[in-house]
Amino acid sequence: MIKYKISLFGITRDIVGGTHTSIEFAQQANVESLLAKLRKDFPRLNDIRSLLVAVNAEYAEGNFPINEHDEIALIPPVSGG
Amino acid sequence: MIQISSQSIDIQECIDAAQSERAGAIDVFIGTVRNHNKSKDVVRLEFETYDLMAVKKMEELANQARERWDIEKIVMVHRKGVLQIGDVAVVIAVSTPHRVASFEACQWLIDTLKEVVPIWKKEIYGDGEEWLEAHA
Repeated sequence: MIKYKISLFGITRDIVGGTHTSIEFAQQANVESLLAKLRKDFPRLNDIRSLLVAVNAEYAEGNFPINEHDEIALIPPVSGG
Repeated sequence: MIQISSQSIDIQECIDAAQSERAGAIDVFIGTVRNHNKSKDVVRLEFETYDLMAVKKMEELANQARERWDIEKIVMVHRKGVLQIGDVAVVIAVSTPHRVASFEACQWLIDTLKEVVPIWKKEIYGDGEEWLEAHA
């Protein structure tokens, strides 16, 4: 099993509960499969207007592969300024 | 100077950091905490930031601005944590040889910061709170 640790920010922190969450995959995940599993485990994530993933502090999408020790973050709609 | 700060922002320090002998203009944007949004009275704000990525993204924006305009110096400082009404949330200062570029670059930097930099604003009202832009 591969265990991924995910940093949470903004509303995703409220929905999932806590500053981080972990999910396990039998094989290497990519951004799409990671998001799909998170959306299934935490259905309220589907209420958010958009949900992006950052891998090692860079936006990533689709079949971008994720390694076990990558820094992964869920990025809900940003609202700085 | 590009920073996420948990301390109040010193506006003069930002302007000083943008000074350049080659500059004929410094344009400064100061974002402040407003006491209302739409019909709601705002009591205070909380900014949450993904510091590492936020600084990286702001540096990328500064580099992109330098490609588009003739710029001397760029200062971008954004607050995190709890802010009260009237507090300074963000300062962007851009110095350029000629004023048009400073106006344009400064506006582009704040507009684009709001779109791509991982910073989240929660408004606290008398009767609740809300993460902005989170829902459709």
